[in-house]
Amino acid sequence: MLEPRFQTGDRVKVIKAAPLGHVRTPWYVRGQVGVIERLCGKFGNPEELAYARSGEPKQPLYRVRFAQTELWPDYAGKPGDVVEVEIFQHWLEQA
Amino acid sequence: MGIPEELGKYRPLSYFQMMEVSLRELLVEKGVVSEAEMAQAMQEIRARGPERGAKMVARAWLDPAYKERMLANGSQAAEELGFEVPGLKLIVVANTPAVHNVIVCTLCSCYPRMLLGLPPDWYKSHAYRRRVVREPRAVLAEFGTEISEAVTIRVHDSTADMRYMVLPLRPAGTEGWSEEQLAGLVTRDSLIGVKTANNP
Repeated sequence: MLEPRFQTGDRVKVIKAAPLGHVRTPWYVRGQVGVIERLCGKFGNPEELAYARSGEPKQPLYRVRFAQTELWPDYAGKPGDVVEVEIFQHWLEQA
Repeated sequence: MGIPEELGKYRPLSYFQMMEVSLRELLVEKGVVSEAEMAQAMQEIRARGPERGAKMVARAWLDPAYKERMLANGSQAAEELGFEVPGLKLIVVANTPAVHNVIVCTLCSCYPRMLLGLPPDWYKSHAYRRRVVREPRAVLAEFGTEISEAVTIRVHDSTADMRYMVLPLRPAGTEGWSEEQLAGLVTRDSLIGVKTANNP
């Protein structure tokens, strides 16, 4: 069982990678910096489960909040607008 | 009333449709489920609407303690009202005068079906999934929902094990309404966040 490395409020960067196979990290947040909104719990790794493997060890899953204006340089909304995305711990590093 | 036109058109099954039919027939053949059970389950899934989610919202509007429990643990709050949500990790996000929430699954079509029924086709469309994370205000405006510049928009991308439901703002002019009356104002679209609850 993996222990959570981040807590609410931590700044994190999503790893910029393009592994083959079933991945639940959307392209538009790869390489982007966000803030941990909450820890959701620990869940089987979907990149393993998709191929009928055990999904162990379970990965901590976080909700990460990104500023829209950082994701999209030409964002037309308000500076405070955000997107929150669920991201597994192995896709995150300290920012 | 004639026969709907599409019934008369032949379309070959796609790869995944074929896989679904094969699996279903095998399960019946091996006695795991019966045709009747399958038909019953399909009928229940198709008949389910957003009533359960609407009831949770109406309860939260009337009972601040329930609202607090619902925001802390959505799945438990659903079970508290007798709605079985096996395996569903529900997060309820509350609209406030300063924040408007909207739900999407950019990777597929994750949706709290146990509480809201089947997702509408537009929720699964590439256009909605692609655009609502990129230009939420424009998408909401197309639904007829104008969000003031003073209000922050939070888009929730349901990418993994959580499912989301919006707790819309209680409409003005509903003082003294019963839970049942209030639930009648809560639409599917307001639970996804592309609209507000209906006005009385």
